[in-house]
Amino acid sequence: MSARDNILKKLRAGLEGSTPRPDQFDETLVTEPWQYAPEDRIQRLRSLMETVHTEVYTLAAANWPAKVQELLENRRLANLLYAPGTGHGQQLAEFWAEAAAEQNLLAYDRPIEEWKEELFWQVDASITGTAGAIAATGSLVLWPDRHEPRLMSLLPPLHIALLKASEVEDNLYVMMEKQNWPAGLPTNLLLVSGPSKTADIEQVLAYGAHGPKELVVLILEDA
Amino acid sequence: MSQRIPVKELTDSFRGRAVGALADAQLRTNFRVAMDSLMKKRADAFPDEEEREGLRELGNHIKARALSRLPDLLEQLEAKLTENGVHVHWAETTEEANRIVHTIIESKQGSQVVKGKSMVSEEMEMNDYLAERDIECLESDMGEYIVQLDGEKPSHIIMPAIHKNRRQVSKLFHNKLGVDETDDVNELIQIGRRTLRKKFLEADVGVSGVNFAIAETGTLLLVENEGNGRMSTTVPPVHVAVTGIEKVVANLRDVAPLLSLLTRSALGQPITTYVNMISGPRKADELDGPEEVHLVLLDNGRSGAFADAQLRQTLNCIRCGACMNHCPVYTRVGGHTYGEVYPGPIGKIVTPHMVGLDHVPDHPSASSLCGACGEVCPVKIPIPELLQRLRQENVKSPDEPAVVQGGGSKYSWKERALWRMWMALNTRPTLYKCFLWAATRLGKLTPKNLGPWTENHTAPVPARRSLHDLAKAHLNAEKTSGDRS
Repeated sequence: MSARDNILKKLRAGLEGSTPRPDQFDETLVTEPWQYAPEDRIQRLRSLMETVHTEVYTLAAANWPAKVQELLENRRLANLLYAPGTGHGQQLAEFWAEAAAEQNLLAYDRPIEEWKEELFWQVDASITGTAGAIAATGSLVLWPDRHEPRLMSLLPPLHIALLKASEVEDNLYVMMEKQNWPAGLPTNLLLVSGPSKTADIEQVLAYGAHGPKELVVLILEDA
Repeated sequence: MSQRIPVKELTDSFRGRAVGALADAQLRTNFRVAMDSLMKKRADAFPDEEEREGLRELGNHIKARALSRLPDLLEQLEAKLTENGVHVHWAETTEEANRIVHTIIESKQGSQVVKGKSMVSEEMEMNDYLAERDIECLESDMGEYIVQLDGEKPSHIIMPAIHKNRRQVSKLFHNKLGVDETDDVNELIQIGRRTLRKKFLEADVGVSGVNFAIAETGTLLLVENEGNGRMSTTVPPVHVAVTGIEKVVANLRDVAPLLSLLTRSALGQPITTYVNMISGPRKADELDGPEEVHLVLLDNGRSGAFADAQLRQTLNCIRCGACMNHCPVYTRVGGHTYGEVYPGPIGKIVTPHMVGLDHVPDHPSASSLCGACGEVCPVKIPIPELLQRLRQENVKSPDEPAVVQGGGSKYSWKERALWRMWMALNTRPTLYKCFLWAATRLGKLTPKNLGPWTENHTAPVPARRSLHDLAKAHLNAEKTSGDRS
């Protein structure tokens, strides 16, 4: 008999004569303590994210590409990784061409194998969209796909994320329900709640462990 | 302080190691400071008692419900994952699990493995197994990396290097990596980052654990703060996840309360920096992610605990470490004293099922039964009750069937006979009276050496008159004086 059969057989023997417990999931326990008035929702998100060293800016939707350029300029960064196949990616590229911005735009348009070294060591910053955010825990929801790959939010030392103000939900449970997660998840769904950090030495908090050292969130107010 | 602790030969046992740890002032300070801070963080993360208790109840319900149909859920998980393109493997023993992992690596001619933090891989001693086969298996969690670099084992399941301070880490990095010594924690972390980033880039295979495996969607969920888990599961062309069979939950929504309980109980954080939900390998048109994803489901004694309805609750554990943070014994003796992968209260109830009670006979007894562990457990495992149960299992006579492997290892016919006598003495009044008479009159004859008791205490001498006698005399005197008035 295979290991699989043996394990299942032992487990079934252990359950003999018992009945499965009914599902008594009380959703109020994970929703009620985590509800916010619309005007407080973004404030909650913002303050939680700022507590863990995230920079948060709220701006009019049309102004974000200029803000991105400013962020790069202030930090004297040379390049920015972006997703050319996304709406915001195209918007960014148009702005960059018009403004004749000097920072180099790097398009994530080929498999990682073709430029692993470069991605690992030479990219200064990246910009991605988000699939919303969760106020209760101060988390961004990232839904990577073929246009906006997984490593964009992990490898560069600075990660800039665009968030639509209207897509901030109260808590994880509501987010799952609204976006109907069980119906179809991407290869790698992510909740990101700040820059990478560790407290493994003496519990002293240090940022930039393996992922981004800085996370900047641009909250876009719908015009 | 150390002088008052009796000098005992350091043996390869819990007791022996505990004596050594208790005399190590640096180690005790490191743990005391860390545990105090972790306890405070947890308390601050649950300011509302009602909310906390409701959530713990729900956490317990979700795990109990999942365990009540564990074999079905495992099959569902397997079917869903397979549908998503993930290869599922089953292993009864750690040896089998290691062989599976090794075969996968070999099939890719891999020689370098990076590992995200995984307690199950510690259980398997995967690093050593692979090293013996000329495969480098490098820990990438900062704490695990430090511990591995020093040839040690983790001393805490969440904070593996908690027993070390920054000077010790600095010396270690200096000696092993040839970098300058520094007292700056940020600089130490950046040294780790640079060293490990190169390893992520080169690795042939990434290994990780799993915090929750979701049957409904075929999803492996991992929590972490550093990003090394994401690196290990995204960069190398192959990702192998290893996990215990108890980690499966039925639905995605079950994860909402469990996540909150886990990160708040473990670190006092509302959530970890990353919650990484993996539902398959890289799709044909995607540009990164591993081309192959494997899941190894490990039993290693878990089905043994599962067979007993009471001991089954051990499998509720979501590995937050809150029980050890609040344990007065763990705080004083540290994680290494337990000599096994899982230290602290959870280690004491889970290890016997993995290695047998006879290998860890002192584990269930190394507790004052103060109850703190059970009180803070986010999924309400009655740890003190289970410790008592394991104590009973370990003194069962050889004639009784062993429920836990290696049970009855502390059985002693002398002890059993002594307790029988004690019972007889206390259930037969005449016998009891005779004993009491003798004990009070002949108390001086009590031996000076009473085994373990007299190691730390002076031998007790019975009083010349029993409480019973005194009370009787007192009542008589009162009666007489009452009659007079």
